[in-house]
Amino acid sequence: MNQIPALIRVFSYLSILTVGGGMAAFPEMKVLTVEVHKWLTFPQLIHIYSVGQMAPGPNMMMIVVIGLWAGGLLGAIITLIAFFAPTALLAFVVARAWRKLENWPWRTSIQQGLAPVSIGLLLAGCFTMAKGAVNGLETGAVAVGVLLILLQYKVNPALLVVGGAVVGWLSFMPK
Amino acid sequence: MSTASAVPAPEVVAPEAPKPSISEIFLEFLFIGATSFGGVVPYLRANLVAKKKWVNDKEFVEMLSISQSLPGLNATNMAVLVGEKLQGWMGSLAGILGMCLPGAVLMFVVGMVYRLHGDHAWTTAALKGVAAAAVGLILATVVSLSKKALAQKFDFVFMAATVLAVNRLHWSVPRALVIIGILAILFHRPRGHHEKSELAR
Repeated sequence: MNQIPALIRVFSYLSILTVGGGMAAFPEMKVLTVEVHKWLTFPQLIHIYSVGQMAPGPNMMMIVVIGLWAGGLLGAIITLIAFFAPTALLAFVVARAWRKLENWPWRTSIQQGLAPVSIGLLLAGCFTMAKGAVNGLETGAVAVGVLLILLQYKVNPALLVVGGAVVGWLSFMPK
Repeated sequence: MSTASAVPAPEVVAPEAPKPSISEIFLEFLFIGATSFGGVVPYLRANLVAKKKWVNDKEFVEMLSISQSLPGLNATNMAVLVGEKLQGWMGSLAGILGMCLPGAVLMFVVGMVYRLHGDHAWTTAALKGVAAAAVGLILATVVSLSKKALAQKFDFVFMAATVLAVNRLHWSVPRALVIIGILAILFHRPRGHHEKSELAR
């Protein structure tokens, strides 16, 4: 079955939900890609999201994997465009308008008001993911460990994700 | 800079470096897109502000705050904003393409490999650890953003309400965003008007 129209619909919708970061769209992404369209399973979604954190550039490149699995090379390209074009267009238009609004008093209100909501969306996405990713002593320790290390030291997060892979491998590898 | 300083410049504010071409913009963002492991913002600043001097620090912070208020990822929004400043819509396009290409190709390969080897015991084991680390990563982002962006105690109420709405009440993200967002914006409404009207009397 041709999944291309569905990929365009789903990812251009998810695109506009990424307020404050890609994680904000994660709960909806789970519903649409796992439950509605069944392009992948929830554990797979968590896996590719996490692996995607190690890739350079925008941290939601994992969407390419969903596009690839659902619709091959074309699916991957279409997904990429659908996910990035709407917000890029919006940023472009706003960049031009925003300069003229420099002295508009509501400008600061919008920035201050959206900050707590976007952080809340980030946290909500994190909890959705944690339900699938943290389910025992080892995974809990890795999550808390990474959090504490990042709060305390300046470490490249990509290295900590690699560290997580090593701990996971040592803890869960069948003997 | 060294050659320019040989001639005494009369202006105090140095004229900006000549505008880079579309291909220079593409290549610079391609470089950032290929090297920015673990979050793009520090890499953007190091390359665009410090190395290339295409934007100054004040513009950079301004663009970053616009990027964060809009939907879209910081990485791509910044590419669009910086590209637009340098070369209009062609600059934006060059910036976002360069920024996305390396990660997209890499994840494409990951997708192929995962489908072949994702079910192996050792990949599943490693991926469990990777996923848990990613949760810690997001939590750390939440903490550092909260320190920077949440000025008032009441902001934490809006944050908590958003989490409850999405995770407990299963609101869709747009619904939470619109309802709680409008309340939060109204809470932070401009106060200047009241003072002005009082002064007018």
